[in-house]
Amino acid sequence: MQSEPAVQITGLVKRYGEKTAVDGLDLRIDRGTVTAVLGPNGAGKTTTVETCEGYRRPDAGTVRVLGLDPVAQNAELRPRIGVMLQSGGVYAGARAVEMLRHTAKLHADPLDVDALVERLGLGSCGRTTYRRLSGGQQQRLALAMAVVGRPELVFLDEPTAGLDPQARRATWELVRDLRRDGVTVVVTTHHMDEAEQLADRVAIVDRGRVIAGGTPEELCRGGAESSVRFDGPPGLDLTTLLKELPEGATAAEPSPGSYRIEAPVDPQLLAAVTAWCAATGILPERLAVQRRSLEDVFLDLTGRDLRS
Amino acid sequence: MTDYSPRPGAAPVGRMLLAQTAFETRMLLRNGEQLLLTVVIPTVLLVLFSAVDIVAVEGPGKRVDFLAPGLLALAVMSTAFTGQAIATGFERRYGVLKRLGASPLPRWALLTAKTGCVLVTEALQVALLSVIALALGWSPQGNPLTVTALLVLGTAAFSGLGLLMAGTLKAEATLAAANLVFVLLLLAGGVVVPLSKFPAAAQSVLELLPIAALSDGLRSVLQDGAGVPWADLGLLGGWAVLGLAAAARFFRWE
Repeated sequence: MQSEPAVQITGLVKRYGEKTAVDGLDLRIDRGTVTAVLGPNGAGKTTTVETCEGYRRPDAGTVRVLGLDPVAQNAELRPRIGVMLQSGGVYAGARAVEMLRHTAKLHADPLDVDALVERLGLGSCGRTTYRRLSGGQQQRLALAMAVVGRPELVFLDEPTAGLDPQARRATWELVRDLRRDGVTVVVTTHHMDEAEQLADRVAIVDRGRVIAGGTPEELCRGGAESSVRFDGPPGLDLTTLLKELPEGATAAEPSPGSYRIEAPVDPQLLAAVTAWCAATGILPERLAVQRRSLEDVFLDLTGRDLRS
Repeated sequence: MTDYSPRPGAAPVGRMLLAQTAFETRMLLRNGEQLLLTVVIPTVLLVLFSAVDIVAVEGPGKRVDFLAPGLLALAVMSTAFTGQAIATGFERRYGVLKRLGASPLPRWALLTAKTGCVLVTEALQVALLSVIALALGWSPQGNPLTVTALLVLGTAAFSGLGLLMAGTLKAEATLAAANLVFVLLLLAGGVVVPLSKFPAAAQSVLELLPIAALSDGLRSVLQDGAGVPWADLGLLGGWAVLGLAAAARFFRWE
């Protein structure tokens, strides 16, 4: 049944002793999509994904992955999924390419290892053993191991944590190619830009529940709550600025020299801000009008910093 | 442009088993500490104690006729117990076992591959030690089949205990404990020092250890040309059942 979802989670509860990691989570992931599971550390993202992979037995609720029970039908499920753990998973003494080649051998019809090595820049790892690879090389190897078996469904747990911008982009491009060829991808992340760049759908998880879901556009809609940002000398007195702005507007300096005005943005507002800058005698640098970002959405929903 | 369209599936189980066994063996033979334990120490002890009159050997024949069976027993312990416990402990710690748990390789196949890796390594050890011992004038007696039975049961006993340790303790604790046990049993397990040198009370306890059963059994066949040492085989079988059952019950994959 091709129409059945890739992942269907209903009322998932998972406790570790006293601590409830997942608390009645519902999530449906359609086939052929890229879904970002977004949330702060400790939100229950990894526990949820590891339940889908068959590592954890739910305390309550049901989980179906490709129509299978991940625990009871584990042997049937495993060849069909690709898994990238948050860290580790490789023999300390193994070299990158030989580990990937070995992983490929466990699958019936794997990808061409050399092409994958080339694409993810693993060739330069040479004879270096896993424990001496850089964090970025370890991440790219784990990603390669997750896709080499031509899975239908790939789980990537924070695939770009600690990657440099080029490696991050290479990861994103690979995810896009997987999607193009019909692979379902589930990515957990706490980077909003990653979710905005990659995902067809975003599920925001906090305290073990999905608190919002939809396309990035849907989540960011509500253009009224946009903002104006600019950089200037640190420590400006913003009280004089607030007098020039409409009722309800806020002005803040989230980090020294970086300013943010939140209010319904219209040409008059922008004019008021620049007029104030002119009167104060400063040149606003990197002046920008910004739409609500996923981060703003998250802050509105939880009042908690996504990066915490 | 690479095509990533799904074509999932497990490789045939025979191919997976072969690949996993070869890979684990390659990892082991590359590891310097493992080679020290499994190859260097038994070889050095065999050569040293055969040449120099430090330990008081007993029984018929030359010094090497007493020492060779003990060091074959030590070789089995170093690979099946110490080496396997340490390697598996760190594989567990670094998430290798967890990651393999999401691969098409079934758990039983992983354990079979580990056993295969141990047997391959032991075959290399036995070949090496035998060649050296023969060069030192060793004249082995007895039935090779009986010797093989002892080695196999000894491997099962030590594997069970090694996996039990690796699957329940922290990797660092396993590293320390497995090495400590190795040294203690090397000294007090009848490997190079005859158990008759110990006080009678200690002796009756030490005789129950798997290493003592294995070296005593091997010695009775290879040195004395005795028949099947049923008591030693029984003791090893008992340890194997206990160790493997406990490992199966308590082993934690993460």
